[in-house]
Amino acid sequence: MVRCWPWWDIHGILQSTPAPAPARPTVTLQASPASVNKGESSTLSWNSTDATQLSIEPEVGAVTAQGTTKVTPSDSTTYTITASGPGGSASATATVAVNAPPPPPPAPAGPTDDELFLREVRDAYFDYDKADIRPDARTALSKTADFLKSNPKFKVTIEGHCDERGSTEYNLGLGDRRASAVKQYLVSLGVPADRLSTVSFGKEKPFCMESTEACWQQNRRGHFVRAN
Amino acid sequence: MQPKLRGFRTFLFLILLALSGKSVSAQDWFRTAIGMDANKPRVAIADFTPRADSAKSHSILFTQIVRDDLQFSGILEVPSPSFYPPQAPSVPAELKPAIWIDPPTNANFLGFGNLTESTAEVAIEAWLYDVRNPSSQAVVGKVYRGAPTDLQVRKFAHQFADEIIGKLSGGLPGVASTQITFVSSRNGSKEIWGMDYDGSNQRQLTNLKSIALTPRWSPDASRIAFTCFAPSAGLTSAQICMYSMDTGKLVSFPRFRGTNITPAWSPDGTQIIFSSSMQGNPELYVSDINGGRPKRLTNANGASMSPSWNPKTGQTIAFVSDRGGTPQLYLMNSDGTSATKLDVPDKGYVIDPAWAPNGQLLAFSWRRPNDNYDIYIMDAATRQIVELTRDQGRNERPSWAPDGRHLVFESTRGGTRQIWTMLADGSQPHQLTTSGHNESPNWSPK
Repeated sequence: MVRCWPWWDIHGILQSTPAPAPARPTVTLQASPASVNKGESSTLSWNSTDATQLSIEPEVGAVTAQGTTKVTPSDSTTYTITASGPGGSASATATVAVNAPPPPPPAPAGPTDDELFLREVRDAYFDYDKADIRPDARTALSKTADFLKSNPKFKVTIEGHCDERGSTEYNLGLGDRRASAVKQYLVSLGVPADRLSTVSFGKEKPFCMESTEACWQQNRRGHFVRAN
Repeated sequence: MQPKLRGFRTFLFLILLALSGKSVSAQDWFRTAIGMDANKPRVAIADFTPRADSAKSHSILFTQIVRDDLQFSGILEVPSPSFYPPQAPSVPAELKPAIWIDPPTNANFLGFGNLTESTAEVAIEAWLYDVRNPSSQAVVGKVYRGAPTDLQVRKFAHQFADEIIGKLSGGLPGVASTQITFVSSRNGSKEIWGMDYDGSNQRQLTNLKSIALTPRWSPDASRIAFTCFAPSAGLTSAQICMYSMDTGKLVSFPRFRGTNITPAWSPDGTQIIFSSSMQGNPELYVSDINGGRPKRLTNANGASMSPSWNPKTGQTIAFVSDRGGTPQLYLMNSDGTSATKLDVPDKGYVIDPAWAPNGQLLAFSWRRPNDNYDIYIMDAATRQIVELTRDQGRNERPSWAPDGRHLVFESTRGGTRQIWTMLADGSQPHQLTTSGHNESPNWSPK
């Protein structure tokens, strides 16, 4: 016997078709910045679909479907977010690299070579137009010689300088004679000549720029600089 | 305009003055020595005629540069253009000599011509006529063709001016096409610069970023020797450097021990003389132009430097030495023999010797006790002295133009150190640089 379905029953048939399977969750995770120095923090941000439960390990724990959080790992850490829902589960990872701090500087063991040099080495000052070693310069150079003799690792350059009154050319010659006079005096006090070099700057590199005798005196000198 | 001789201050001169009762004789020797004793011809330069609007600005530029060059020469007068007749000839057929001879122009000679200009080329026709001899041929007649740039038009104007000066000076060349090298720190470090003789076209030549000093042209103007600070054996010290104008680069020069400064050229351009402490004391050495075979010329206490080789005779070298306690001028033979001090009437610093092209006059800087530096000229034969600058800041480092009538020098008279020129009698001072600090000028020999 043939049964005839009323038209509205057709609707009932369609309605009774089985529901599709739940969608599988998706999830993303990012760390910004991906690289930090120790003690600095990075921001994790995530996004998900079709998940009912999310958690980030380590440290963070359960989170909502999307969001951000700051993390401050002590070492490089790979964070994993796991998303689960009716359709299954998914996961994503992001790594925060932690740069190791530079090793602490060694504890200072007294003055550096530069500090020692500046403290112990004395420049020689000159009279106007002269390259003769004055009595005060003898005292200064004796100290310098003592230092150089007891610290044989130091090599020095002696710079000859002049005040602005003479000509450029004459002062280059005079500065050369001043530097040589300082070198000869140190050698006479027992400093090996091969540790001493000389250069003249004439009036090209003044220490002091005013046109006064006090300033000119500053510029008439044999000046020591480390050569090594 | 009568160039004015400035103070004659030597005791010697004062004695002469007292004996003779007048200063004319001293002026005469000096004016003859610098070739400025002739009557000055009056040379009018009519406005050059532009053949089209496009040539207008270069016509004005050309006319102005020629007038400036002639005025600068010191051997002729350029009547003020405001006196000129209204009609300027553009070609010889249009020349009406009579209206240029009449007062107030009073010309002896007239320069005139025209400019044609396209985007590719400027063409300049330029003449000089003796308007008091209307039947005569042109004294100068030239056509210049080249790129239509300001730089090129300037060059042509300088060439035309030099043609006129050469013709009217009895053979002494004009200097309008010459160059001046100098030291400038306007961009930071002291570098070698170049410029036209009138201060235009200033340009940086070296870029060493250390300290460059004392540039000196070779006699053919193809190279500049100078003092540089350069590394040698692990130490940066004063050395001799050499710049080529042809390549725009440094030419290698050997490094020596010690302080190496103040190079100068032999007149034939085959040797360099410089101060060096390569053997201990700063002495003068001569080498070939590549620095080969340095040979010591002096042997004295103190330092010797700043040599100037007599460009005419090649026999005598002037230099500075402080062997007597303070820097003074000395003369010696070019083989180093017979060094003698050039005495000046009172003490002080005597530095910066520079031989004139004629080999007779020596310009130098002198700082008298309790005074500033000033420029002087000495006649090497008679030892007569003329002072060219006075009470205007610090004036140093004179260098002669190849015409022997002009000097370039550095002066602080404007507040900062700048390059100036003047006629060799001290008149017509003219400032060439304004930017930053500028010093140590040297005038190209050609």
